[in-house]
This record gives sequence, structure tokens and C-alpha cells, in this order.
Amino acid sequence: MPKQNYISAHCVITNNTVYKNGQALFQFTEKDLSSYLIAAYRHFDGQYPKFFKMDNLSRTGWLACEVLLQDSFDKAAYKPEDIGIVLSNANSSLDTDIKYFETTKTMASPAQFVYTLPNIVIGEISIRHQFKGENAFFIFDQFDAAFIQQYVSNLLDNDILQCCICGWVDVLDDACNGSLFLIEREKSANSTIFTEENLNNIYQLQNG
Amino acid sequence: MDKLISDLKTQIIAQLNLQDTKPEDIGDDQPLFVEGLGLDSIDALELIVLLQQNYKIKLSNAEDGPKVFKTVKTMAEYITAYQAQNS
Repeated sequence: MPKQNYISAHCVITNNTVYKNGQALFQFTEKDLSSYLIAAYRHFDGQYPKFFKMDNLSRTGWLACEVLLQDSFDKAAYKPEDIGIVLSNANSSLDTDIKYFETTKTMASPAQFVYTLPNIVIGEISIRHQFKGENAFFIFDQFDAAFIQQYVSNLLDNDILQCCICGWVDVLDDACNGSLFLIEREKSANSTIFTEENLNNIYQLQNG
Repeated sequence: MDKLISDLKTQIIAQLNLQDTKPEDIGDDQPLFVEGLGLDSIDALELIVLLQQNYKIKLSNAEDGPKVFKTVKTMAEYITAYQAQNS
């Protein structure tokens, strides 16, 4: 019989709203993505100056993870190497690739260049929280709950990880979508079973 | 020199996206790296770009970097000396 894992918490950042466990915590009406993410960072009392240096993909993932773990995660219960991150998106780092390419026409920006890979967002989250477990970043046309469920379950069921942050972090132009799930092996008060259907339900509910 | 130091502080904040830092938060003699302003190796590259973009100075010898970018004051002194030599 397959082992059971649980979605302990989830955070979804849409183009104008930040949700935690289905509850809207922050809304922003302006279209500029940078301003939105910085306003959200300040709203959630981010104390991490490097946030401002990140590209919008890393900002979205970093912020979603911050909200996801706040009051929902007992980091001390795990060893750093037992906490992993598995993310996916459709546009890779294209948003920053384009911005970086523009800078090469005059003076190539080293600060932009370092974000021209999608998995840098995993690095930023790992540095922030000192996570050292298995990580991976996949590119799909759209959020693939079946793949994420199977891949993360495999990591947990084979004792490669004890806990995993997984989901979808995508940015292009002024559109963003950060949908992160905290997956643990132990059931907690408000957790739901880690299934493809539950992942999709949560994702669809906030992303429409 | 005071005007140049003041300009540099504003330019550093803009170039490095130090949004929670004000020019007056950066001391003239405050170390820019590690224990001071906490800049890192990517920031060092951005400072090289800043010199090139704003002052047309190409840092030809990489070993000069730690000396030039020690503080805002050492940057200003380097720019002033360079401009005097090349005027």
C-alpha cells in the first residue's frame, strides 16, 4: 500500500492577491509586478534586503515560500538536508533573459545575468531558510499536478526527503503565479491528503 | 570631493537596488563589503559597471578592486585621481 503524505499548507500568489490556505491576505491593484511584489514583501514584514536585488521570478517564489512557512512550519523538526524543493513553470527564466539581453546592448548587467536560470529561485529560498535537501526545477506547458505529486511522493516515500516545498512559480512581463505547497509525511490539524486531485483543486481555486 | 561622494552614494543605491538604504546611511569610510554595507561579489561587478557607465573608467587591473571599492571615499579618490590624470 502506498504511503500517505499531506499538504500541510499552501500559498498562492496571483497577479493581484496573495492567498494562504485559501484566505486572501494581501491585495494590490496596480499592474506593475515589481511594485506589487515589493508592496507584498513590506506587508508581510520581510526583513531580507537581498529581496530587492532578486528578479521577479525569485521574488515571487521567495515571497510565496515566506508566506507558506509563516506559522505553518516547524523547521526545527527536520534536518536541513531533509527539506527539499521541487518547482516548475512554463516560462523558465525568460522574463529575466529578455531584460538581461536588453542590458547587453549597452552594458551587460552582472546582477541580471545571475538570474538567467529558473532554478536560482530554489537557491534563494534555500539560502534564506538553510534548506539543503534534494531540489529540482521542471519546465511544463502548464501546472502538472500528477507529475509533481508522483515526483515528490517518490522523494518522500524513499526517505530521500522528509518534507518538501513544491509547486509552480512562473513570471513573464507583469504576470506572475506562485503556487507553493508544503508537503509533510505527518498529518497535522488542517492538512489534506497529498493527491493530484487536491493539488489541482487548490491550484484551480485561486488561479481560476 | 563631497559632491562626488554624495553622487556615488546615490548611484550605488540605484545600481545595487538597495531600496531600504538612504544615502545618509552610508558612511564615507564605511566598508562596502562584508561587515559594512554587506555587498557581495556580484555587487562588486555592478560597481565596476557603475564606474564604466557614469565615469567612463575601465578598471584595467582586477587586483585594484579591493583597494578602489573599499569605501565610498576610496572610490571617490580613485575617480578624482583618474580624472586628473586623464584630463
